[in-house]
Amino acid sequence: MLESYIRKRLTEKPILLMTHIVLGYPSLEDSFNIIRAMVEAGVDLMELQIPFSEPIADGPVILSANQKSLSAGTRVAQCLDFTREITRTFDIPFLFMTYYNILFKYGVEKFVSRMAETGLKGAIVPDLPPEEGKDYQSAMVQKGLSPIYIFSPTTTASRMQYINGFAKGFVYCVARKGVTGEATTFSESLGDYLLRCRENTHLPLAVGFGVKDKSDIDFLTGNADIAVIGSETIRLVEEKGVSAVSGFIRGLR
Amino acid sequence: MKLRGYYGRFGGVFIPEILAATFDELEEAYLKARNDPSFWREYETVMSTFSCRPTPLTFAENLTRHFCGAKIYIKREDLNHTGAHKANNVMGQGLLVKRMKKTRVIAETGAGQHGVATATMAAKFGFDSTIYMGEVDVLRQRPNVFWMERLGATVIPVKDGSRTLKDAMNEAFRDWVRNMDNTHYVLGTVCGPHPFPEMVAWFQSIIGIEARKQILSLEGRLPARVYACVGGGSNAMGIFSGFMDDPVELVGVEAGGKGLETGLHASRLKSEDSSIGVAQGYKTYFLQNEDGQMKETHSVAAGLDYVGVSPILSHLKETGRVRFEAATDREVVDAMAFTIRKEGLIPALESAHAFVQAFKEAPGLSPGDIIIINQSGRGDKDIFTVADAFDDPKWKAFIRDKAEGYHA
Repeated sequence: MLESYIRKRLTEKPILLMTHIVLGYPSLEDSFNIIRAMVEAGVDLMELQIPFSEPIADGPVILSANQKSLSAGTRVAQCLDFTREITRTFDIPFLFMTYYNILFKYGVEKFVSRMAETGLKGAIVPDLPPEEGKDYQSAMVQKGLSPIYIFSPTTTASRMQYINGFAKGFVYCVARKGVTGEATTFSESLGDYLLRCRENTHLPLAVGFGVKDKSDIDFLTGNADIAVIGSETIRLVEEKGVSAVSGFIRGLR
Repeated sequence: MKLRGYYGRFGGVFIPEILAATFDELEEAYLKARNDPSFWREYETVMSTFSCRPTPLTFAENLTRHFCGAKIYIKREDLNHTGAHKANNVMGQGLLVKRMKKTRVIAETGAGQHGVATATMAAKFGFDSTIYMGEVDVLRQRPNVFWMERLGATVIPVKDGSRTLKDAMNEAFRDWVRNMDNTHYVLGTVCGPHPFPEMVAWFQSIIGIEARKQILSLEGRLPARVYACVGGGSNAMGIFSGFMDDPVELVGVEAGGKGLETGLHASRLKSEDSSIGVAQGYKTYFLQNEDGQMKETHSVAAGLDYVGVSPILSHLKETGRVRFEAATDREVVDAMAFTIRKEGLIPALESAHAFVQAFKEAPGLSPGDIIIINQSGRGDKDIFTVADAFDDPKWKAFIRDKAEGYHA
């Protein structure tokens, strides 16, 4: 479902844009306005992060957004209700991004059912490798949701194939070592790595970690199918406010 | 990885994909070392020449007489170089780092003990070292920061989250995902993703191996009970492992803080406040809210002030092999003061938790019974914390004078 949406969109434009926000940062009302601005500016799909107190894969920008959202009192149940509203209002696919403990504590099956009811299309759980996620995997498949898995530059070809056996929708290729929000060199070696990713999955490739401007996206066009902007929009909202989002997104393609 | 490191339903490897290859490499190096008898011999040699192994098993004659019950023995991990059992783990991992040909080590630290031990190991083996320490801990543990820096380590204060041990662990992971090619993360306890719990328990098992041999040679029989404090659980796993297959009761004592009923504690296995969760790469009991967000913890002993606990100990609680208790800050300070006066030993505040429970139970045992308390570390290094815990007026006056001296 998610994959066919992506394929269809790719017949209309050379690369899709996926953006990432942390729910409840700076507030749920702001989250709503940021999402609206992004959708209106032509974003093709979005990751909504449910904040977690221990986000080990995230760098300083998203880490601090997680903490501020939690300090403001954001709860998991609120995020689910809010997302129901979002999927009813906006006509692009939304995914949850969060850490495994949020699902585990809620009850994995129950959480996945709620995601399906909420109108989400899939989820990214960066600390849940396929080996540890059997319950999650079967619940997602049963509900017709896409479990998004991750490739990294250190992932071997055989492991890529193993992961591909579980992946649905698209594969999220982490552009480099490190955490979110640091500088990435968009170079030939990144191109080689993406070629390796392409050889080991038939799914569309999304590339994230350090994607921040038009030149990055120009580099990725042709090498990948989806460019993921995460920390950069959070930084933008912090520095220039919600009103700057639309112009920024429109300037990327 | 060959194994996922499960103990019943606890443990596992919940890591971002970028670290998968690093954990494959680490597990392979660990299993190779474990199957190579020369590795353990080298480890024992280092521990007997650079640290103080075997550490003595001291008969606490005065305490025994005072409590009129079991014969009390104390395993002296405080006599390790750098003053605690932490040395066992870091020297073991240091030897592994040499075999993996890495040149840089990183570590998290709470009170600073594991940081000092890691910086010491790095100095000896010639590694670069970076220690992550919560900003709150940096402020309250300046002497340890001083020593880490003298030993050549870069100490990075962590300003995220609760700014304590768990946040320092998260930050160490963030460093590792960037620098794994030349860097090893020396995790300080029997927690985190596999193979850390198993590997650290292996290095710490040297405590239990020695203690069992020592008590049999001194008394010709096994103890009735063994007591150890439990933060992450490495000193407890170390001494317990020596008696796991014996008819010996194993008692782990957690930080009861201001009392379990107050919510201000770090008791994951004795209190009812914890539940099973997944964070920092492994599944265990965590002090967390209904949403799965980690809570703040409290203890007078920074080394026990942690939201999670070893997956191995969570499993041993469920099987009933280890009994868990909690000691309050007040009881701990009293037990420490009493041990110092009565026996001339200075246990760390962490270790004093084990003493509290042993003192409660010793009078109820018969003189024919033996108990062993693991004195995991020494308390004199923590003079600032201990002086505060004792609320010593002469110490305060001294600090005030000293501060004025710096103004002059």
